[in-house]
Amino acid sequence: MAQKHHTAHHGKKHEPDKEWEPKIVGFLCNWCSYAGADLCGVSRFQYPTNIRLVRVMCSTRVSPHLVLDVFEAGADGILIGGCHLNDCHYMTGNFHTEKRVELMKRLLKEAGIDEGRLRLEWVSASEGEKFSKVVTEFTEGIQKLGPSKVRSDDMMKAKVSAADDASQTFRLKALVGKEFNLLSKGNAYGEEVDAEKLTGVIDVATQDEFERALILELARIRPMSVKQLGMVMDVPTDKILRHIVLLRQNSKIAMEHPEGFTPVYKTIAIGGEQ
Amino acid sequence: MPEDTNIEKKPRIGVFICHCGSNIGGFVDVKAVTEYASTLPDVVYATDNLYTCAEDGLNNIKESIKEHNLDRVVVSSCTPRTHAPLFQRTCEAAGVNKYMFTFVNIREHCSWVHMKEKEKATQKAKDLVRMGVARARFLEPQEETKIDVTPAALVVGGGVAGMTAALSLANMGFPVHLVEKEKELGGFVKNLHGLMMTKKSANEAIQPLIDKVNAQKNITQYVNSHVATVEGFIGNYDVSIGTEGSESKEVKVGAIIVATGAIPLVPEGLFGYKEHPNVVTSMEFEELCNKKEIPKLKSVAFIQCAGARGQKVSYCSRICCNVAIKTAINIAENRDNMLGATEEKAEAEAGQVVEEPAAEMKAEDEGLERRRRRRGRGRREADEAADEGGAPSSGVEITVFNRDVMAYGVEHELEFNKAREKRVKFIRYLPDNLPKVSTKDGKLEVGYFHETLKMERTMPVDMVILSTPLVSQPDAATLSQLLKVPLGQDGFFQEAHVKLRPVDFATDGVYVCGTCRGPADIAEAASQASAAASRAAIPLANGYVQAEALTSRVDETKCTGCGTCVEVCPYGALRKNDDGISEVIVAACKGCGCCGATCPEGAITMTHYTDQQLLAEAKAALEEV
Repeated sequence: MAQKHHTAHHGKKHEPDKEWEPKIVGFLCNWCSYAGADLCGVSRFQYPTNIRLVRVMCSTRVSPHLVLDVFEAGADGILIGGCHLNDCHYMTGNFHTEKRVELMKRLLKEAGIDEGRLRLEWVSASEGEKFSKVVTEFTEGIQKLGPSKVRSDDMMKAKVSAADDASQTFRLKALVGKEFNLLSKGNAYGEEVDAEKLTGVIDVATQDEFERALILELARIRPMSVKQLGMVMDVPTDKILRHIVLLRQNSKIAMEHPEGFTPVYKTIAIGGEQ
Repeated sequence: MPEDTNIEKKPRIGVFICHCGSNIGGFVDVKAVTEYASTLPDVVYATDNLYTCAEDGLNNIKESIKEHNLDRVVVSSCTPRTHAPLFQRTCEAAGVNKYMFTFVNIREHCSWVHMKEKEKATQKAKDLVRMGVARARFLEPQEETKIDVTPAALVVGGGVAGMTAALSLANMGFPVHLVEKEKELGGFVKNLHGLMMTKKSANEAIQPLIDKVNAQKNITQYVNSHVATVEGFIGNYDVSIGTEGSESKEVKVGAIIVATGAIPLVPEGLFGYKEHPNVVTSMEFEELCNKKEIPKLKSVAFIQCAGARGQKVSYCSRICCNVAIKTAINIAENRDNMLGATEEKAEAEAGQVVEEPAAEMKAEDEGLERRRRRRGRGRREADEAADEGGAPSSGVEITVFNRDVMAYGVEHELEFNKAREKRVKFIRYLPDNLPKVSTKDGKLEVGYFHETLKMERTMPVDMVILSTPLVSQPDAATLSQLLKVPLGQDGFFQEAHVKLRPVDFATDGVYVCGTCRGPADIAEAASQASAAASRAAIPLANGYVQAEALTSRVDETKCTGCGTCVEVCPYGALRKNDDGISEVIVAACKGCGCCGATCPEGAITMTHYTDQQLLAEAKAALEEV
């Protein structure tokens, strides 16, 4: 599988491959992974130079927005490091991290970005050698995947941007925010929540929110018809239409002067906001 | 570099790059990095030091802050985990807020891990410095606040743990409100008959503690009472105590100790409980002893782990083996003439004289017996002998059916040996083959599979004592919600860290001790109580708590009151205010950022780790140079 990617990438690229060095960002929690990376240094375990580390207090701070926005900015890979489960300095932080990373991976998949570009690892403060192994392995994996297409492919950039927007919708944030507690403590009525069912709900929500975000992203650039959107996004037109009805109700998209008999839609720019 | 829109005043950044002798300088071209740093936006001064953390380096920082009017400092050297406080103090000494300082790690994360590729390591160091500068541009000064503490405590539960904790704090001079739901102090222990390793009755043993509590003027007692409401956070709790038949009372405290205890499991449907007469729990047996209602006994069987370790609860209740050993010894010695009928007692005493030779003689006997068994007689025969013969001195045959005897610690092990010396039989059963309690011709009997003989056997008994585990109080969940502290899987209160913070809750200001955090014996409960009291005394004695500067902040205009942040916060540091909008309890927040990453409305920001700061830092890594 990896081999296939590799050759495909070789065929497409114009510039010589030697020039390209993966750009990898790592978000590490202060208490375990960052300390593990420190120990790795103290013990002089070597690893490739591609990774750039950002310290956060807890891996739970790493919201899908942080990750997807950095992917949108062109990162080839992102590593998230936290304490081992049940060892979190903040009790349950990394359980939430785990759920958030699942959402990030779902959205990356929707956007057509290889899930292998995002890695979550538990590295304790005593696992210096593990840290070097993780970084080496991850860097090699990214090298095989080749450069992220976000920088060169506008559609890809739009998709990652849509994934980022989707990750910030109330629905997905609330679902994923509550996921760990729902599964570990049950719902507000004290009933057990079926994990598979909840996963199903989140899967559907992820796809819906991504598609809506992508419609807005594409119709922001130029007004598009339902059929055009369906073709570009490879989504059945009836589904696109349902999304558009909802987006119109929420005043996020407007119908513009129809070209002939086909109405086109344009995203309503929100004044003042970024 | 990202937009400057949020930067009001043009930042003036100083960058200090450390050679760390040859630790960095040997593998990274520090001069080149310094030169590069000076070209970065808003950097007004960049220099390199041989050792930035040495006197020279620190003075250089201070002087440069003054000379170049720096308002933020980036030090690029080792790890913030060891050196950040030093450089932060240096900044503060020169008038720069310590939160305007950024640490860039080019040693542990660069020179030491890329020792064979100087060019690439130098490039990485440049990138890391650029990331640090990008972050520094968005920093804001922060203030650390002190929060006053009400020097009084609430102790919930008037058993051994609660009384010990209350007394410790009261003796330190703090007013203590002691809330007990029963009509008198004493808790679980006051219902017991005898205690292990002491000849005193349970009542006699704890009376001095109760007397001390009664005499201690700093302790206000509330019996027949419960905690009705709790509002507030460490140092500042408003507690309402409800008392049966009178008006509720409001008290203000700075710390709360939970010592609500546990109750024994009622083994419904297990081992013929409530089905056959004379099948009792060990707690009921204690009560029978107290009431002097123990019938004439010839043979008693204990069944250990009745309902524990995979039956009704999953855990080992820790104390039941020792309770059974204690009770077995008491029966064997016919303590306080507990075995009712006087002629029995007389017989027993007569027996005792015969069976109570000097200790060493007995030990010798035991040794002989063991050697004899090993040598001559077959194993089966020996076991038969152990099974059939040799009743203890009281004339009562005592058998303890167990999965394994948890007589942990030296004292308990000695008691275990003592029980065996008194001919108490310990017969093992396996969890997939539990002993069966039944009646035959109106006579109680225990059927079991003898693991050594590999055969089913039955034993007629007069009484079966079920050693049931301690389980959590039924109202533990209510209190856990009031205090916003967690219960573990088994329904007991869950401490902050099983090893390192055994009597703290994750939430500051609330502490836990005794059997409400899991089964414990009296000595353990008392030590936990002393520990909890001393932990609670820290904020009370200081009179203030230092609040984290790095906490989350809620944008009230964005918050819609969905409450997701309140659910995910492990410290109960978020609550909804009267308008239904979330607010941060600064004294309780630890700054993990979970609420910020969760907030569906994007209304919560983490101080010092804002999206803007983190994205600026991360995206700076991706820039092409």
